[in-house]
Amino acid sequence: MRHLLSAADLDRTAALRVLDTAEQMAATQQREIKKLPTLRGRTVVNLFFEDSTRTRISFEAAAKRLSADVINFSAKGSSVSKGESLKDTALTLEAMGADAVVVRHGASGGPHRLATSGWINGSVVNAGDGTHEHPTQALLDAFTMRHHLVGKREPGAAAGQDLAGVKVTIVGDVLHSRVARSNVLLLHTLGAEVTLVAPPTLLPVGVDTWPCATSYDLDSALEGADAVMMLRVQVERMNAAYFPSAREYSRRYGLDARRLRLMAEHAIVMHPGPMNRGLEISADAADSARSTIVEQVGNGVSVRMAVLYLLLAGSDDVDGGTA
Amino acid sequence: MTTYLLRGVRPLGADPVDLLLADGLIADVGPDLTADGTVPHGAVVVDGAGLVALPGLVDLHAHLREPGREDAETVASGTRAAAAGGFTAVHAMANTSPVADTAGVVEQVWRLGREAGWVDVHPVGAVTVGLAGERLAELGAMADSAARVRVFSDDGHCVSDAVLMRRALEYVKAFDGVIAQHAQEPRLTEGAQMHEGEVSSVLGLAGWPAVAEEAIIARDVLLAQHVGSRLHVCHVSTAGSVEILRWAKGRGVDVTAEVTPHHLLLTDELVRTYDPRYKVNPPLRSDADVQALRAGLADGTIDAVATDHAPHASEDKDCEWAAAAMGMTGLETALSAVVEAMVDTGLLDWAGVADRMSVRPARIGRLEHQGQPLSAGSPANLTLVDPVGRWQVDPAASASASRNTPFAGRTLHGRVVATFLRGRATVLDGELTGP
Repeated sequence: MRHLLSAADLDRTAALRVLDTAEQMAATQQREIKKLPTLRGRTVVNLFFEDSTRTRISFEAAAKRLSADVINFSAKGSSVSKGESLKDTALTLEAMGADAVVVRHGASGGPHRLATSGWINGSVVNAGDGTHEHPTQALLDAFTMRHHLVGKREPGAAAGQDLAGVKVTIVGDVLHSRVARSNVLLLHTLGAEVTLVAPPTLLPVGVDTWPCATSYDLDSALEGADAVMMLRVQVERMNAAYFPSAREYSRRYGLDARRLRLMAEHAIVMHPGPMNRGLEISADAADSARSTIVEQVGNGVSVRMAVLYLLLAGSDDVDGGTA
Repeated sequence: MTTYLLRGVRPLGADPVDLLLADGLIADVGPDLTADGTVPHGAVVVDGAGLVALPGLVDLHAHLREPGREDAETVASGTRAAAAGGFTAVHAMANTSPVADTAGVVEQVWRLGREAGWVDVHPVGAVTVGLAGERLAELGAMADSAARVRVFSDDGHCVSDAVLMRRALEYVKAFDGVIAQHAQEPRLTEGAQMHEGEVSSVLGLAGWPAVAEEAIIARDVLLAQHVGSRLHVCHVSTAGSVEILRWAKGRGVDVTAEVTPHHLLLTDELVRTYDPRYKVNPPLRSDADVQALRAGLADGTIDAVATDHAPHASEDKDCEWAAAAMGMTGLETALSAVVEAMVDTGLLDWAGVADRMSVRPARIGRLEHQGQPLSAGSPANLTLVDPVGRWQVDPAASASASRNTPFAGRTLHGRVVATFLRGRATVLDGELTGP
């Protein structure tokens, strides 16, 4: 694996290797001394063209626990807004000797351009690009599902196993969601069955070609689900006529106490954060015992440790990912 | 002036003949003009064995960028590229800076073309002042100017206001003008980055739906019929547009249409690279659209191939997709693209290529001295093509000042060997000459 740009870069073998490595990383995080010497002397740059404190500190913690040197480069104001161009930023990082660049960019394909343009030699990790993908979010979501639904919450019990037969319902603004795109791809690779639920305005034209089912009705998609993932909905979408009002959205597509009761006993509630409490998810759902929302954050560090490790130290593994 | 004897060329792919070019005209045509053992008028002999002779190509749609963006292209560099591609006439789009919306600007562009001397440059006049879509530019003044403008377009912008479009269609009838519409419903395409479909859904790029083009074309053909005017549709890109045009022509609407070489050959699958060289407006579409465009061009529903040559400075393409400018160069590769899409596939013969790339575009632009038959007495505007020639596209070797060709590295079929503008060689032995 050279870069991680899309969840589609990972075949089943490569995806399981990331998840299994993340299990090992998680185990080390139970120790008193959490730091591993693995990436000592390597430099990881967090290149963030958009504000995202959560994702940035998650990558930062991951890199630091592997003993990498971390440079945080906040480059808000990309060439879209006529600041320094992506190219010049990349050349600057290359001159500093970045071994890996973790990039968050407002433009779909921004990380792809960094990886394929020849501007830099290091590995590129997509930390979210526009409305395209967010592959490490999908990995941490899969990690969380596997832990709860396959490994029955026993640490390490799910190692080597995929998500065959697991039913996942993803609800919300699929059209603009990089989380949904990466999850559909990765969950399909791992054998899960995904149903996307959204108002028709928030499903992209072409979604019928994706490896998943779609529905406009949330209630019916809750009953058989093993995991229900609520996506963040931006109220601004209301002004572009994607839905009439926040209240109507909440009534039709929000996860509230009544809908929580429709879910199977073992089913978990997920959200990539940050949440709009009272819009797509009620406090009852967010704070319920079946919510994994806080746990997802912790798993994010383990999964990102695994990704950085495999990109920077594990690249000589033989049976290879497809990236 | 040099006299040329083109020996053994095949007019529109027919049996070989000799063509004598003298005093700006095709002076003589015959199976062997040296039958008496002498070369007439001491002519320079060009060995045309195996070469197809076509009337000089006519482009209805090129962006020469001057005045305003001389870093991307000038009239001189753009027309050199045109000559290299076999063209003898080019329409220069109005979205310059300042906009070509007055007699002064169109005369400037026209004069720059005359001075460069590579091809005839026919400025396109803006329909509305500043391309702003609010009030009509002085169309009559541009028509009456030295540039004799007959094609008017807000290209890059759609004349989306139905009343303004109606008035423009009506008004230009007074001087036999035509409105060339860039069909793009603006609200349906706000922020659009690529064709809306399977690929856009996966890439997370905002979609440019086919309906945004088709809805405007449907409206405009009905408007043109209602007021009895002539309408031309720029860069048709969807299967639905072809169907609407076919229907309109069947009803007798006076509508013509063009398609670009890239829309005949490339699809939105290329956008998966996120390489902005493939970013263009209208966007690259699906394979089904490509097939429908080819069929439409073959049966004459689409009248012309027009390049939409859109040079851009490298920094406007060397960036992320969303930040990149839309457009690709095309003058030097147009004929080869048509050979690959239409001739190699058996959809058009050489007479058809001449019709769609010279005869009909000249007629649409009301150019009297272009697109004429290759017979004695016609102006000597012609191009010689090696139909089996192969060449690899090297952006660095381009005559255009810009490098944003979508065909970089690709081996294309059909090579321009010579171009003559009123009997003067602008290209000879595959190389540009002095103007």
